[in-house]
Amino acid sequence: MTDTIAQLPSSSPIPARARKGRRIEPTYLVYAASIVSMVALWHIISTTFFEPAFFPPPGLVLSTGYEMLRSGELMKHVGISLQRILLGFAIGSLVAAPVGLLMGSNRIIRAIFEPYINFFRFVPSIAWLTPVVIWFGIGETSKVLIIIYTTVFIVMINTIVGVSNIAPNKTRAAACLGAGPGQTFLYVTLPATLPFILTGMRLAMGNSFATVVSAEMLAADSGLGYLIFNSRLWMATDRIFIGIVSLGVLGILADWIFRQLILRYASHYGPVE
Amino acid sequence: MNDQRPATAHGGPILLAENITFAYAKQATPVLENLDLSIQEGEFFCLLGPSGCGKTSVLNLIAGFQQVTGGRLTLAGQPITGPGVDRAVVFQGEDALFSWLRAIDNVAFGPKMKGMSRHERYETARKYLNLVHLSGQEYKYPSELSGGMKQRVQIARVLANDPKIMLMDEPFGALDAQTRGKLQDELVEIWRATQKTIVFITHDIAEAVLLGDRVGIMSKGPSSRIATIIPIDLPRPRRRGYAGFGDMWEKINALIDGEEAAGDDRASNDGAAAKISLVHRHEGHAELVRK
Ligand SMILES: Nc1ncnc2c1ncn2[C@@H]1O[C@H](COP(=O)(O)OP(=O)(O)OP(=O)(O)O)[C@@H](O)[C@H]1O
Ligand SMILES: [Mg+2]
Repeated sequence: MTDTIAQLPSSSPIPARARKGRRIEPTYLVYAASIVSMVALWHIISTTFFEPAFFPPPGLVLSTGYEMLRSGELMKHVGISLQRILLGFAIGSLVAAPVGLLMGSNRIIRAIFEPYINFFRFVPSIAWLTPVVIWFGIGETSKVLIIIYTTVFIVMINTIVGVSNIAPNKTRAAACLGAGPGQTFLYVTLPATLPFILTGMRLAMGNSFATVVSAEMLAADSGLGYLIFNSRLWMATDRIFIGIVSLGVLGILADWIFRQLILRYASHYGPVE
Repeated sequence: MNDQRPATAHGGPILLAENITFAYAKQATPVLENLDLSIQEGEFFCLLGPSGCGKTSVLNLIAGFQQVTGGRLTLAGQPITGPGVDRAVVFQGEDALFSWLRAIDNVAFGPKMKGMSRHERYETARKYLNLVHLSGQEYKYPSELSGGMKQRVQIARVLANDPKIMLMDEPFGALDAQTRGKLQDELVEIWRATQKTIVFITHDIAEAVLLGDRVGIMSKGPSSRIATIIPIDLPRPRRRGYAGFGDMWEKINALIDGEEAAGDDRASNDGAAAKISLVHRHEGHAELVRK
């Protein structure tokens, strides 16, 4: 295993030979030591320089978190946020990947959609919150739509890049071997682009987290964003910290699951090197 | 081994280039100009020329990836208008393999496109992987194979599709001398067994002398053409140390030198290409002396 930085999503596809291995490496010990020292530092700083209400020490956050877990309040917020993220992310990816594939393979389809992509990808999803709420109400639909919007452009652009990155020799080889346009699309374009689609999805997953929190802060009565924003009213910083820690942990988990899926099902889809 | 057949005793012309010109879009001087070439059925034809002279371009035209801008290029009398299963290409780079497919599925790709059943196409793929000495490597992905193995997979993939003509673009150019020598011998074996027409691109004189029935020497680009065609009437199987091999090498070398001098007169602004071809020839010579 290499460092975390190398595991962060980037716009380059997953390496052909993905990391495997099950033994516990020294890196994990360093991770553990680093986390323990950071928590200790957190404790020292928060108890020495701050009132607990301004900077809650780890112990207080832990006990509040335990309370919220026991009452089921935390899982309610986590569950609803996750549901919004996963729904929006899944629908967005399902729409974006095929459209991106078509755009990458066909100049006319590309010309039809390209102006909108270039325009809207610079308009953050939160800018749409008010119109979307006016059109679709304050319910779940609006939040899911906002996350679809966030996901669509990233996945689409990565897919288009993937298609244009296919080595011409591959499509030429397919043509020599008797593949028609439909077969080339199905058996060459699609698998060759898969690593790029997955990379786009991984990036979009991160953006979905950011978006759901903003949307829940501005227009919701549940979810982690709501928890963080609402706790501000009573200066309940310990509850805010619970929201922050939950987001980070969920993000790591989601990314880990995604990475495992890529390793399991797509590690050979990278370019031959 | 009845391999004493003279270079000209093949089936008759299968591929005919008549005065063809080719330029990439918006190119002032064409890459190829007034190029004539006639390739016989069953022949092993080597195309030799300095780097950048347009060898791959000739192959792209024959494969149908690109179209001539002038003249006629015909296959069995029919103009070439696009790629077809009668011509298969072993590409210069290994990026032509499908990296997401195991070796066996790469080889079975053509049969699959034809609609062959799973059982049949795997049988075919195994047969040709065997032929290129890759049995045991069927279930490896291209990223798990060496450079030589990858070129073998490319060759097996082409053979499994049973084309009339095999077009090979410096297939062994990136391999070490030992692997290259081995694959050269294997290719001659395959050619003898399958009786395919082979157009083989190389910039290595020794390779051309070792493999070819005839060697076409391209002039330096741009506006390149086939300057000379030399029949290699050496008996097979050929060995680098055998009588006649060195003479043939020298003869072709001299012809290329002459071609280059003429080329330098024509256009003296392409010094880089000339230098590169000189380097190639020294490599070839070193090999000749060593073996
Ligand atoms: N896609 C392209 N667009 C424009 N010019 C090109 C293109 N591909 C090749 N050329 C030019 O055409 C000429 C011939 O290229 P080609 O690839 O056919 O040479 P080659 O003989 O195969 O070279 P090498 O031995 O290095 O493979 C070169 O001068 C090259 O710069
Ligand atoms: Mg070339």
